Amino acid sequence: MSAETPKVGDMLLELDALERVFPMGDEPVHVLKGITFQIRRGEYVAIIGPSGSGKSTLMYQIGCLDTPTSGTVRLAGYDVRDLDDEDLAALRNRFIGFVFQSFNLLPRTTAVDNVALPLRYAGVGIRERRARAREALVRVGLAQRAEHPPERMSGGERQRVAIARAIVSKPDLLLCDEPTGNLDQKVGREIIDLFEQLNDELGSTVVIVTHDMAIARRARRVIRVVDGLIAYDGPPNAANTGD
Amino acid sequence: MLDHLLTALAALRANKVRSVLTMLGVIIGVLAVTLLVSVGDGARAYLDQTLTSIGTNLLTIQPGRRETRGGFGPPAGNVAKPLTMDDVQALQRQAGLLRGVSGTVTGGGTLRYLSRERDSLVFGVGPAFTELRNMNVDVGSFIREEDVTSRRRVVVLGRTIVKELFGDENPLGKPIRVADGRFRVVGVMESRGTSFGFDMDDLVYIPVTTAEDLFAQDHVTQIITAARSKEDVKGAMAEIDQILARRRNGQINFTVQSQDDLMSAFGTLTTGLTWALLAIASVSLVVGGIGIMNIMLVSVRERTREIGVRRALGATRADILWQFLIEAVALAAVGGLLGLGLGFGIVALTNRFAPEIPLKLSPWIAAVAFGAAFVVGVVSGVVPARRASLLDPVDALRYE
Repeated sequence: MSAETPKVGDMLLELDALERVFPMGDEPVHVLKGITFQIRRGEYVAIIGPSGSGKSTLMYQIGCLDTPTSGTVRLAGYDVRDLDDEDLAALRNRFIGFVFQSFNLLPRTTAVDNVALPLRYAGVGIRERRARAREALVRVGLAQRAEHPPERMSGGERQRVAIARAIVSKPDLLLCDEPTGNLDQKVGREIIDLFEQLNDELGSTVVIVTHDMAIARRARRVIRVVDGLIAYDGPPNAANTGD
Repeated sequence: MLDHLLTALAALRANKVRSVLTMLGVIIGVLAVTLLVSVGDGARAYLDQTLTSIGTNLLTIQPGRRETRGGFGPPAGNVAKPLTMDDVQALQRQAGLLRGVSGTVTGGGTLRYLSRERDSLVFGVGPAFTELRNMNVDVGSFIREEDVTSRRRVVVLGRTIVKELFGDENPLGKPIRVADGRFRVVGVMESRGTSFGFDMDDLVYIPVTTAEDLFAQDHVTQIITAARSKEDVKGAMAEIDQILARRRNGQINFTVQSQDDLMSAFGTLTTGLTWALLAIASVSLVVGGIGIMNIMLVSVRERTREIGVRRALGATRADILWQFLIEAVALAAVGGLLGLGLGFGIVALTNRFAPEIPLKLSPWIAAVAFGAAFVVGVVSGVVPARRASLLDPVDALRYE
C-alpha cells in the first residue's frame, strides 16, 4: 500500500472490460460481457438487476473470490489476475468485509468468536481479536449479546453479528449480498440504517448487491446490470425501477 | 497452529456425540493394543521370574546327543549310554567352575502313613539340590552326603504332603512308606507355591542312590548343577563336556543345557506372542482410522458453506487443510488418550484384584499405541482435508 493514508474520493475499485465465461460443456456460458466502472472510497453503491443478470457473478468478481476470464479487476491498486490463491485470500482478508444473505455465521460459536474470525486469518493474537470483536459488536448495538451463539438470536441480531464480523478488520470495502433478503421489512430497514451510519460516520465504502428497489433507492449511486452488461449507472432517482 | 488446534477442538465439542462415536474405533484400537501387549509382556515377565526363582546359572545334563542348542531337552529314556552316579562324582571331584552337582532320579509312588495314602512325585536328589534350586528346609534337615553314600531310607516332605498325610501332627522322625519302602521323615521343605501350574509342595525328596534302589535302576535321570557365576556358564559347560567325554572314550552322548537356553527359548516364544497380539490389535486401529476418514469426509461435505465463508474472510487453502487435518488428528489423539487411560485403568485394576493374571503395561507400549493413533489420525485426515482445501470458494459459498 502507499504510505499515505487513503482519503475519501480516492480510487478503490476499478473494473475494466470485465468478462466472465463459464465453460459448460460445448456451449460456454457468457455471464459478464464487458463491465466497466469505478468505485471511489466513501461511495455507497447498490448493484441491482433481475435474477440471471449476472449480478452475483459480478459480486464474486468484486469480492476477489473469482478471477475474470478477460478484462481487469483492480482493488486498492492490486490487479487480481497478478495474485495467486494465497495473495487473494490475504487481499480479501485485508480489504473486504462480506455480508451474506443467509448470514453464514458459525453455529455453536459465540458471537464474539464469530466476529473475531477474520482477525484470526490476519494473524492477530487471541486477546486482541476478542477485544476488537467486542468493539465491533458495540458498534452494531449487540454488546450485551457477545457471548451468545447465533442460533439463539433473531434474524436481525444475526445479521448484525455478521456485519460486526465484516467491519471488525476495518476493511476498505463492505460488500453485501442481499443483506436483507432473509429479514422482515422493519428489521431490514434497521440493517440498511446501519450501513448508512457506517458509510456516514466511518467513511466505509458500501456496495450492496440486491434486487430490492427500496434498498437501492436509499443508496447514493445505482448500477443496474442486465444480461451481463451495465444498463444504468447513476443516481437512484433516475434508475429504471421496473425489473 | 494453536489457532487451528482451538478451532478443531471447538468443532469436536460442537458435535460431541458424533466425535465420541468416531473416536470409539481408535479408543478400542488403542485399548486392544495396550491390553494385548500387556498380556504378552506379562507372560514374559512371569516366565522370567518363574525361571529365575528355580535358581540361577543352572545347567542340566541329560543323556543323549543333540546338536542344536536352545529349546527343550531331548526326549527322556531309551538312550544308549545313561548317566550314572560315577559321572556325578567325577564332576564333583574334577570340575572347578561348578557350584554343586546333584544327580536326580524321578519317579512316582504311593506314600502311606498309618491309614492315609497319597500318590506323589518322588525326587531322588543329592545334598547340593537345595542350594542349586534356591530351596530351603523348614524343619529338620535335607538329604545329607552320608544319606546318599549309605543309601539311607530317609525322606524330606513337601508342605502339601505334610498337610495331607499328617494334618497337624509333627511328621519329623515318623515312619512312612514310599512306594512300599520303609522310610523315616527327616525334614519338611519350605512352601514354594505353584510354578507353571504345578504344586511345588506336592513332592517328596529321597537320596538319589536310594531312589535308584527303589525304582530298580542303575543310572540317574539327569544331573543338575550350576556355574559359579553368569560369566562362568560357558566355561562350565566346556568343563562338563570335557570331564564326561573323557569317561566315554571321547564320545559326547549327552547334552548340557543352560538355563539361558531355556529362557531364550521362552523369550522367543513370548516375543512372538507379543508381536502376534500387536498385529491383531493393529487391525482394530486401522478400522478406527477408516471410521475417522469416513466421518471427516461427511463433515467436509456438511461444512462446505463454512469452508466458503472462511475462504471469503481470508482463509488460505493451507488454513483449511490444516483445520481439517488437525481435527482428524485431534479425534485420533483424544481417542488414543482415552484408550490408553482405559488400558491403564484395566491393568491397574487387574493387578490389584486379580494378581494371578500376569498383565504388565510398559511405557514403551503406551508411547507406541499413542503414536500409532496419531499416525492413524494423520493418514485418515489427509484425504478429507485435501478435498476441503481444494474447494473453489465461490462453489463452496453457493453450496446448499
